[in-house]
Amino acid sequence: MLSLTIREVSLALREGRISPTELCRRCLNRIKKTRHLNAYLTVTEELALKQAQEAEARLLQGVPKGPLDGIPFAVKDNFCTENIKTTCASRMLRDYTPPYNATVVQRLLDQGAVLVGKTNMDEFAMGAGSTDGAFGPVKNPWSYAAPYREQTGAEPDSDWVITGGSSGGSAAAVASLTSYLALGSDTGGSTRNPGALCGVVALKPTYGLLSRHGLIPLVNSMDVPGILTRSVSDAATILGILQGLDVKDSTTIPAPSSLTELPEDFDVKNMCIGIPKEYHAPGLSEEVIAQWSRVADMFERAGARVEQVSLPHTQYSIVCYHVLCHAEVASNMARFDGLEYGHRSEVNSSTEAMYASTRHEGFNDVVRGRILSGNYFLLKQNYQHYFVKAQKVRRLIADDFKHVFSSGVDVLLTPTTLTDAARYSDFTQEDNRTRSAQEDIFTQPVNMAGIPAVSVPTALSRRGLPIGLQLIGPAIQDKKLLSVAQWIEQRVGFPAISQYRNDTRMIRKGADFSCMKRTVDTRNQLLTKSLITGTHNGLKV
Amino acid sequence: MAASSVAASELLHNMNKQIWILCPKASCIIRRISTTSSRCYSQRQLRAKSAPQQLVGVVGLEIHAQINSNTKLFSGSPVRFSAPPNSLVSFFDSSLPGTLPVLNRRCVEAAVMTGLALNCTINRKSLFDRKHYFYADLPAGYQITQQRRPIAVDGELTYNLLGGKNRNQVIRKTVNIKQIQLEQDSGKSLHDDVHSQTLIDLNRAGVGLMELVMEPDMSCGEEAAAAVRELQLILQALGTCQGNMSEGQLRVDANVSVHRPGEPLGIRTEVKNINSIRYLARAIDYEIQRQISVLQRGGTVQNETRAYDSKSGETIPMRDKEGLQDYRFMPEPNLPPLIVYGDNASLPTGTDACQAVVVQKIREGLPELPSVKRDRLVRTYGILPEHSFTLVNEDGLVEYFEAVLKATKKEPRKVIGWVTNELLGHLKQQDMSVSQSKVSPPALAELLELQEKGHISSSVAKQVFQEMWRSSGKTASQIIQEQDLGLVSDTAQLHSICQKVVDSNPDEVLAIRNGNKKVLNRLIGLVQRETKGRADPVLVKEILQEKTS
Repeated sequence: MLSLTIREVSLALREGRISPTELCRRCLNRIKKTRHLNAYLTVTEELALKQAQEAEARLLQGVPKGPLDGIPFAVKDNFCTENIKTTCASRMLRDYTPPYNATVVQRLLDQGAVLVGKTNMDEFAMGAGSTDGAFGPVKNPWSYAAPYREQTGAEPDSDWVITGGSSGGSAAAVASLTSYLALGSDTGGSTRNPGALCGVVALKPTYGLLSRHGLIPLVNSMDVPGILTRSVSDAATILGILQGLDVKDSTTIPAPSSLTELPEDFDVKNMCIGIPKEYHAPGLSEEVIAQWSRVADMFERAGARVEQVSLPHTQYSIVCYHVLCHAEVASNMARFDGLEYGHRSEVNSSTEAMYASTRHEGFNDVVRGRILSGNYFLLKQNYQHYFVKAQKVRRLIADDFKHVFSSGVDVLLTPTTLTDAARYSDFTQEDNRTRSAQEDIFTQPVNMAGIPAVSVPTALSRRGLPIGLQLIGPAIQDKKLLSVAQWIEQRVGFPAISQYRNDTRMIRKGADFSCMKRTVDTRNQLLTKSLITGTHNGLKV
Repeated sequence: MAASSVAASELLHNMNKQIWILCPKASCIIRRISTTSSRCYSQRQLRAKSAPQQLVGVVGLEIHAQINSNTKLFSGSPVRFSAPPNSLVSFFDSSLPGTLPVLNRRCVEAAVMTGLALNCTINRKSLFDRKHYFYADLPAGYQITQQRRPIAVDGELTYNLLGGKNRNQVIRKTVNIKQIQLEQDSGKSLHDDVHSQTLIDLNRAGVGLMELVMEPDMSCGEEAAAAVRELQLILQALGTCQGNMSEGQLRVDANVSVHRPGEPLGIRTEVKNINSIRYLARAIDYEIQRQISVLQRGGTVQNETRAYDSKSGETIPMRDKEGLQDYRFMPEPNLPPLIVYGDNASLPTGTDACQAVVVQKIREGLPELPSVKRDRLVRTYGILPEHSFTLVNEDGLVEYFEAVLKATKKEPRKVIGWVTNELLGHLKQQDMSVSQSKVSPPALAELLELQEKGHISSSVAKQVFQEMWRSSGKTASQIIQEQDLGLVSDTAQLHSICQKVVDSNPDEVLAIRNGNKKVLNRLIGLVQRETKGRADPVLVKEILQEKTS
């Protein structure tokens, strides 16, 4: 029951095969059994059971609020939840309890969905591993599944792999079957990256389509609430519920259409799939390349046009992303001064001394480092040289995408990450800055341009860890993007984690690796045709 | 803000417990331009003749006008003066994480209207920026303002000074308005030195302001005061700002420097903490004199911020500004560009005209501006220009004046004195506004009508007015009847009184008969004293002339 999709479990609830309270209890139990993953910072057990009972009453009366009535969900801990702690995984907000719900949370609650908890993350969403939160790193559920253990002989307690980030807790929650959907946030890839590494569907909608009201910002001009689910169809359902104008967020846009269900038999014939040559970056693993070309071939075989395209300014994107990100971070973090809310230092010799020690004690090195460099970029003497220049390049990057899409390309197909998930012990060898640059390399240009993208899991690597591919579409064409994503999902045969799990540690002997083998076997001609022989002005990592 | 649901800091908590008198209630509303410093002109003229290379003052102003709006610039919190501390604070105003600004259309319309009244160019597209600095009453750590592209630019304000010997000569001046920008107000910090703590009231945090930047086109306190007074009248006429300086609705900072005409501007200081127009004039003149004496002693003027101390009449350096601030301006990412439309035709299809800000619509709704009103009064009623200033300066006085005119045949030029002297004098004496007047326009009109028709003399009319003010509700004719104040025009009675006066003043009569006709007035006065001013002056004169011939 726990491994079903939203659509399936919704049907089960309506048919009375399971009650909302029973479903909620099972999720809560599973959260307890997977505590070692550190996916949740707060579990809202009491509230969840109460909400589930209310949903049950509605279902019994035959008047459910909608397809989500009674379905458990989790929320990244940077979305405000009324009377529920919202920490951003920071000491600064360790005991902070917002008095209101973020719009996206409220819209899910209005549908009768049941909030089971708040998920772990990198502090203030600054990171790509979910390893830099104040309350410990998140462990990838696949670390404990048979494929990884058997292929690598790893000891899960020491050799566990990261979830990616910064929405690692949300991705782990969906992957470990403790909730059917989770909200993440995506500023430079923070939803898609952990989505790919944890083997779940991760949607970053068009900027402005989902309200940011109540999302504690990282970079206001790039942040979007992200959707993590087990199927593309589920992501479309959630998008349909969350999208549209919100008077509390002036940057929201009207929903292009009420998103109805995705077509089951979407035809990719005559579609044009672009393969951006700049995304063939050094450090990209053979296995990811193999998946990339495998799916490209699928399109070609199905009658789509697969073309190499160029996004010439891609290589400058990550540097500019960091300048803009740090500048907004410096600004957004200014409010955390210990006066109105949050941590306040004991030092009170002067207001300035109190500010300084409050912020020193409350923020980790990553946050403080970004504040420092961000303020540097915004200094009068540096503003033109850094901030304005980065904004100009941002425009060029957005224009790259516009040119490609106006030249007849329907969607772009790229990797989501360079490799499968790294071991925690390896990942933490490098600093956050380097890791962020590597991990966000394929994902952050999309945020610079404000366009939608989705990561779809395609296969397990040789190490038994998920690999995802990213589809990028033109602005506001989220539905079309998801239709293509579903087309891939229907054909790649990504294995469900539940195939491998036992009750506690998701271990099962003798797992089936057929899909993975197929992955490796299908090296193909496209790879040589458009990707490998393509001019190698790829990315520097 | 629900204190229970937010992890409210101790500070905020403390604040709620204490009652604070934020500003003394005593109103010190300045209704007239300061009349103390006419020396600005006389001095300059003297200098111009004797020593052309004398130092002169250069004054520019930065004015923060609180927008008259029910709610704040970016939140739905109510705006009210002297509400209990922290009782008008939304989640956004206290900068709770995750909250976003939502622009108040009323504030935009107010800024556009003000811009139009000041002949500004209204930018069809303007932008919001963040200005960063750490201060306890700025909860977000930045102020949202319009640094790069404000809503209105390049305007001008025409104002008038009363000059000449009797201050009845109108001198017209113009100051350029560089820009009008929308921005948020900050909260208020209250320093409790006894317990060495700072308490913060966020009621004002986020209230909409228009910052008006006036170019350094003025040269002394009086000019600046006159310009601000004119601006105040314009804002009040528009209803975009209540303009009360003592309540902080209009805050004026003056940039003051001195130089020799023709030479580059000198180093300027910024004078803050000026809460009335009278103090503005004094602060600026003090600062100009201070800078001149610094330079004359061979010193240099420091670029600094100074506060005006109204008790000593001096400006003093402000201590808490350490060095130059770098405000690290950045575009406000949560607000799309602010677009205003020229007219309904330029609205993009599908736009709700009620939701959009349309310049043409606002232009059509502009009320009569003070300068236009003054010209009209002078033209229509033939009154003196200085009277038009008095009328327009006082809220409601023009309407009062015109209402009186409607109900009487008396000439406007005769009515004006009653309004600007008797009425205004009584109002000022009791610190009342026109709307609180104890004598209504029809009542005054009735009184004037009685005088016009010769029922009472002008001196009695003044007496009756005082009585009407004291025992409000009684009409002029009631009072005249009760106190027997009607004009005595019974010839026999007057003859007998006049005879008595003539008999008891033989010296005067002799003087008149010897040709000193002026002495007749003394006798007339004695008759009036006898009749308590009720004798018909024309008759009395005739009778006395007859008796002394």
